[in-house]
Amino acid sequence: MKIIIVNGNSLNWEEEMNIDLILKRKNYTFKMLVVKVDGKLIKKTEYSKTYVQPGADVKVIHLISGG
Amino acid sequence: MKKSDFFSAHDPRIIPILQNAVIGIAGSGGLGSNIALSLTRAGIGKLVVADFDKIEPSNLNRQQFFEDQIEMPKVIALIENLNKISQFTRYQVHEIKLNPDNIPLIYKDVDIMVEAFDKAEMKEMLIETWLIKFPNKPIIAASGLAGWGKNELLHTRKIDNLYICGDEETDLQSGISPMAPRVAIVANMQANLVLELLLSNK
Repeated sequence: MKIIIVNGNSLNWEEEMNIDLILKRKNYTFKMLVVKVDGKLIKKTEYSKTYVQPGADVKVIHLISGG
Repeated sequence: MKKSDFFSAHDPRIIPILQNAVIGIAGSGGLGSNIALSLTRAGIGKLVVADFDKIEPSNLNRQQFFEDQIEMPKVIALIENLNKISQFTRYQVHEIKLNPDNIPLIYKDVDIMVEAFDKAEMKEMLIETWLIKFPNKPIIAASGLAGWGKNELLHTRKIDNLYICGDEETDLQSGISPMAPRVAIVANMQANLVLELLLSNK
């Protein structure tokens, strides 16, 4: 089975898997995020058109108000 | 006060590294005011701080300001307080709202950037701007620090040159607001990491 790594945990890879789908599969509902794929920053405007390959290392950082 | 007296408790080898360091702080509220205080006591050479806000009574529950400073611009009150600690840190402050255009100009000379905003959208904007403009310079952000207790959930996560301090889960919803102890803990995790990055190869 093909997988990707999201924040250190494995997730089944799917055909045409973009950032939006990854966030949906992980139930990440926070609006403010920083996403990196294999070390590269993915801007919010590019979530729908950025497709990941099997084995991709995805980091999702939730930004939560408070400071 | 003589510089040698102020630094007499420090290992002499680290003093020039601290004194040559330039650290950026984005925001001067709960996180920023605590970070600036600790980095001044640590003997950092220069701090660059920006914040457009003025002090309100509700800030005094967690921010390092005092009642007689209400209505003052935060960056002005901050300098007033830091100058009472030592003259061995220089300050460059900007009373301005940060945006993707002015961040690269204001913070172009810093060695390390520290994110100290309150609002999540500002945190996101700063981190995105920083990773695009200065991918090789560390940025230390905070996420998830509202409420009280839960010491065991606070951690630091490293993602290349981006570091996140906090619990990464406690949101402001349902009446949970930032309070002094937890904000100061996370601010000092950020300040502590600044020292670690500066001194790691020494």
